[in-house]
Formats: sequence, C-alpha cells, structure tokens
Amino acid sequence: MLKQYSFEETAVQTFDDKTSLAMRTEDMQVFYGSNHAMFDANLAFPKNQITALIGASGSGKSTYLRSLNRMNDGIATVTGKIWYHGVNINEPGVNIYEIRRHIGMVFQRPNPFAKSIRENIVYALRANGVKKKAELEERIEQSLKGAALWDEVKDSLDKSALSLSGGQQQRLCIARSIAMAPDVLLLDEPCSALDPISTVKVEETLLELQKKYSIIIVTHNMQQASRISSQCAFFHLGHIMEYAPTGTMFSNPQIPVTQDYIAGSFG
Amino acid sequence: MEQTNSQLKNQDTKSHEWDTRLHHATKATHEDWIGRGISYFCIGIIILVVASMLWFITSKGIATFTQNHVSLWKFLSGTNWAPDQGQIGALPMILGSFAVTFAAAIVATPFALGTAIFMTEISPNRGRKFLQPVIELLVGIPSVVYGFIGLAVIVPFMRHVVGGSGFGIISATFVLFVMVLPTITSMTVDSLRAVPRFYKEASLALGATRWQTVSRVILRSATSGILTAIIFGMARAFGEALAVQMVIGNAAIMPKNLISPASTLTSQLTTGIGDTIDGTLPNNALWSLALILLLMSLFFNALVRFIAKRGQLKHER
Repeated sequence: MLKQYSFEETAVQTFDDKTSLAMRTEDMQVFYGSNHAMFDANLAFPKNQITALIGASGSGKSTYLRSLNRMNDGIATVTGKIWYHGVNINEPGVNIYEIRRHIGMVFQRPNPFAKSIRENIVYALRANGVKKKAELEERIEQSLKGAALWDEVKDSLDKSALSLSGGQQQRLCIARSIAMAPDVLLLDEPCSALDPISTVKVEETLLELQKKYSIIIVTHNMQQASRISSQCAFFHLGHIMEYAPTGTMFSNPQIPVTQDYIAGSFG
Repeated sequence: MEQTNSQLKNQDTKSHEWDTRLHHATKATHEDWIGRGISYFCIGIIILVVASMLWFITSKGIATFTQNHVSLWKFLSGTNWAPDQGQIGALPMILGSFAVTFAAAIVATPFALGTAIFMTEISPNRGRKFLQPVIELLVGIPSVVYGFIGLAVIVPFMRHVVGGSGFGIISATFVLFVMVLPTITSMTVDSLRAVPRFYKEASLALGATRWQTVSRVILRSATSGILTAIIFGMARAFGEALAVQMVIGNAAIMPKNLISPASTLTSQLTTGIGDTIDGTLPNNALWSLALILLLMSLFFNALVRFIAKRGQLKHER
C-alpha cells in the first residue's frame, strides 16, 4: 500500500534573474481526456546544464517532457504556459515544426529509420531545408562526432542503421537530433533499453553535449540522475514535489515523499 | 551411503499401478487423435481438389497443342480468333486482359493511396467510422451489379462523349477501377497501420511536417505492403469475367484503340463456353485460355510472396 503524501508540501527551487534559462513551464496542466495527469507544473531549466526528471512509473515525468516540444499534440490536452525565448509556445498559431527543430527529442526505445546511417541524419537535415551536398556531409560528420559515434561508423555510413547495436542506435538518434542544431535536447529514458556499457557511452556523450545544449532527461534510474545531472526534479502522481540541485536532492531531500523515494521505500 | 543408494533403488521398482496409470490413454488423448484426424482429413480433401483442378485444367489446356497440333507460338502471337475455322490466335484476348488490368490498377492506385492516407493519418476516427464500412460494402457488391451499372451508365456515357458504341477497354477500365479500388484501399490501410508508431514519432520529433512524415517515412516503410495491395487488385481485375464481359463489347479482335470493342481472356471464356462441343478444337482452345489465366494467377501469387520476402529482409537487422 502506497503511503499518502500531501501534495501541498513541496520544495521547488526557483532561479533568480542572473541564471539564464533554456525554457520554463508555468502552471502547466495535462489531461488525457478527462484524466488529469499533470498538476500545476512550474519548472525552470538553466541553460547548458543537465536536468533530470525522476519519479516512479506513472508519475507524469514522460508526459511532462513530451509536452515541452508539443509531442503531446493530438494525444493530450496541455494548458498553461511554456516559455521559450520569451515566447509562450503553448499557444495556437505557434509553428510546432519550428519548435521541434529547436527542441529535439530522443525516445526510450532507439528508433532509427530502416535506412542507412547517413540517410537517418540526412532525413533530419532535409526536413530542415539543408540541401547542399557539402553542407550535408559536413553536418553528418559533426553530429556523429557530437554523439561520439563517428569513430565507430565513419567507414560504414551506408550500412543499415538497424545493423548497429542498441547503444549505437541510440547515439545515432542523438546524432540525428543534434544534426538540426537544436538548443534544447529532451531525452525520455534514453538508456532504459541499453546494456551498462552502452549506457556509460551515452552518459559520457550527454556530459559532453551539455557544453552546447541544454538537456532535460527523464530517467528511471536514480544513480544515473546523480551521475550526470546538475538539477533534479522529483515527480509523484502528476505533481512536482521537489526540485533542487542534484547533490542537495540526494544528500538532503527536504520533504518526506522525496526522502522515502530516495531511500527506496517505493517506486 | 551404500545403504541409502540401495534403498533408493528399492523405491525405483516398478509399481504396477503407476505403470498403467501413466501409460493408458485418457479422454484427452483420444480427443487429440480425433482432432488431428479431422484436420488431416480436411487438408487431404483440399489438397486433392486443388491438385485435380490443376491437373484437369492443364491437361485440357494443352490438348490444343498435343491433340490439335496448334503451335504454341501461333497461339500466343496469332491475332485471328476463329476456332471454328481452326484459327486460334489468342493475342487479342491476352492484350485485352493486360490492358484493362494495368489501366485499372494505374487509375485506382492514386485514389486508393489517397483514401488510405486519409483513413490512417489525416482522420483516423472518421476513417474507421464511415469509410471502413463503405469500403467493405464496395468489396461485397456482386460483380454482376457493377457490370450492370457499367452497362447502364458508363457505356451510354462513353457513347455520348467519345462516340462509337461505347463498349471497349475504357469502359471496362472504369468498371474495374471501382471494383479494385476497395481491394487496394483496404490492404493499403492495413499496411499503413502496421507501420510502427515510433517511426512516425521519430520523424515528427525531428521537426518534419506531417506531409514529410507520410511521404518519406510512412509510405516508404509500407512500400512492400502497398505493392502487394496493388498486385492483389490486379489479380482481381485480371480474373474478373462477368462485369468486364458486360461492357467490353466482346469482339475477339486486336484492340485498335481504347474505345473500340475488345475482349479479355475471361470474357471470351464466358462468352464461348456454351457454344462448343467437348473434345473439339474450339473447346480445347477455350481451355487453353483458362490455362493462361491459371498461370497468371500463379504468377501474381508468386510475385506477392517475393515482395513479402523482400519487405521482411529490409526490416531485419
């Protein structure tokens, strides 16, 4: 039996004006039909840092993440404001394709297309209007280097992406996302389908990428959150309970629900 | 230790009671036998029927060449069909069949693709609620009804618009278009629905538009299914007899253009089969037409299998 925790007792940090933010949400609610899945989500994400969203299954962390680049369009109703470069992108009339070019996403299950490695990245670039051959080649190399995959695949760019290992496929998906030069990268449990060796590779890649991109990552794995993130938000049953620098969150959680989750009492 | 082992051996001695219990057949075993017997029987009957049909059509179909000594080449390339006078050139019918089949497939495919994309990607709810039943209804309408509509509407329309009798390849194409459209559409819908959701998500998350996603990801990965759908449609068009017979004019002459009366393998078969005597050349010649139809449907089947296999290879790691 899961203990009842008060949703009133939360500890969510805010940032002062000096911190430059990649994006933030204000009173965001998500509904699946009549089912209220996300309550009053107020989170701000500092630039060039990795923010981890943790919580048990069904806590709403993936729902929250998918709302950030409007991937929930047509699936759920999202209300409230999502601020990005001073624009509320949760408004009608906002070009969702443009949003997704700037806020990229990598999914739980590696999902390269059944095309060659090169074609997978070219697809992303063509969708964004890059057509010149020289530029295409250059950006394929750049993005594969960025995802730490270049050395492993540079001689076999025309091989099917499906012939890669799971970890390589996931890094290809990351490469595909950063090929569009986004400034925010959303990752939805990118390592949950990977073995530990591939996981280390992806984590190292992310730590390197935060120099250029702001990263928001949903993870099931608290150790992973503590290894790579600077900020950490804890979700519980559709509520954001605690948001703090990762070190503080794990050494000194403020409220009972976080303490219990980190101690492993549930989840 | 020694003692323990010998004790265990004692326990292994066969007990008569358990021996019978574990060996005798129960009701469950009998049910197994009966069930297996019934299904083997059914399979046997079906294999027998199919094999004897193949043998029957083949032996009758080659009689033209073995008994009546018509050369195969003359049969396939001759343009004069007058079995009474010993002239059996089947080329006009072969051409007629291929013409209406390809024309119908070419006209129907874009419409079927458009409808299928609408039903799966643009408006899945309305697609499932309204279009699905409509398409299923179209599949179920008997071909004589299509032929009748063709005869009553399309033939007079063609006569009015382009002149001539109104019977011809183009009228047959129109009728077949309506008949193969639901086949191609419903199979295309199935193959579009089978495209993994995560392909679509991956594409949208990269900032691709819905149109880019449909044209470059969804259609691309459903290609083998769509080709299969088209071939099934063509097989249906190739084998359709009644509706075609009612609108094509049934003149066993080389089709000069799309609006002059022509005939197909099937229409010639249904027109001629009642007027011939078993064992004579005119009768054997019709069996040869049937043999061509049989070989073509085997060919369509083989093509579908080949495409399915290649599609599978593409998705394997």
